Amino acid sequence: MNVPIIYTLCMILFSVGIYGIVTKKNVVKIILSILIMENALNLFILMIGYRKDGIAPIVQPGMDAAGFAASSVDPLTQAMVLTSIVIGLSMIALMVAIAIRLYERFGTFDISEIKDLKE
Amino acid sequence: MIELLLILCIVAAIIAIESKNLLSSIISLGGVGFSLAIIMLFLSAPDVAFVQILVEVVMLIILIRATINRDVTEVKCKREFFGMIFGMALVTVLLGILLMGIQTLPEFGTALVNASAESVPAKYYIENGLAQTGSANIVTGVLLDYRAYDTLGEATVLFTAIIGAIAILRKKKTNE
Repeated sequence: MNVPIIYTLCMILFSVGIYGIVTKKNVVKIILSILIMENALNLFILMIGYRKDGIAPIVQPGMDAAGFAASSVDPLTQAMVLTSIVIGLSMIALMVAIAIRLYERFGTFDISEIKDLKE
Repeated sequence: MIELLLILCIVAAIIAIESKNLLSSIISLGGVGFSLAIIMLFLSAPDVAFVQILVEVVMLIILIRATINRDVTEVKCKREFFGMIFGMALVTVLLGILLMGIQTLPEFGTALVNASAESVPAKYYIENGLAQTGSANIVTGVLLDYRAYDTLGEATVLFTAIIGAIAILRKKKTNE
């Protein structure tokens, strides 16, 4: 199997997030696991757009267009990841709000206890 | 270098998931986010790295706000042996599928920009971005000019999420 090690590490980070979601009972831990998965995905998309020894997609003075086009990394993936990170922040805010409400209602973060306390 | 930082990320993620104290696991998550920002600098994506640092700080503040005032920041160590085995098996199968999937990708460092096809949008943006949008930073050119509707949608999602959070957290005046 010819698997690039850098993609493999990224996938391992994603799997750690999946493991946390499946096994943990604490609501805050589940939110953290979702965050880890999101970070791993963002990094993976950035890696796909990377070019070896590429420069950042910013045109500096005195740089000709052809040379820039030949050496810049992919700007589209960076724009998409930028959007995705900000949306992730708002998603976290919503999830934390729900978690705070759950704690006020049931007095615990544990999912199995919440299931028992429900009337 | 990127590999080392990624291994640091994975270790911090495992600590964040397995730690008994909620506060220390949130801080370990900060370790994941900030080392990710450094990796993004190595991948020559300075804009994304700035946004990642900013978002990480705000995220830590939100998460600490969620846990610091609560009485129990300790997680009860009642772990189920069967559940852990099941989770391990699931993760192993999933990791196998993912590793099979990434074999079809082009090699790391050979981006889509290199492709010979004329219709790759990233290539078009790089070649014509400065002339058409007037922005020296091509990423902001893509965000605010070529894909401005996308940014509008992002703002809508942000607005909706904040409205939802306010609606959930608002104290009701009436007694139940």
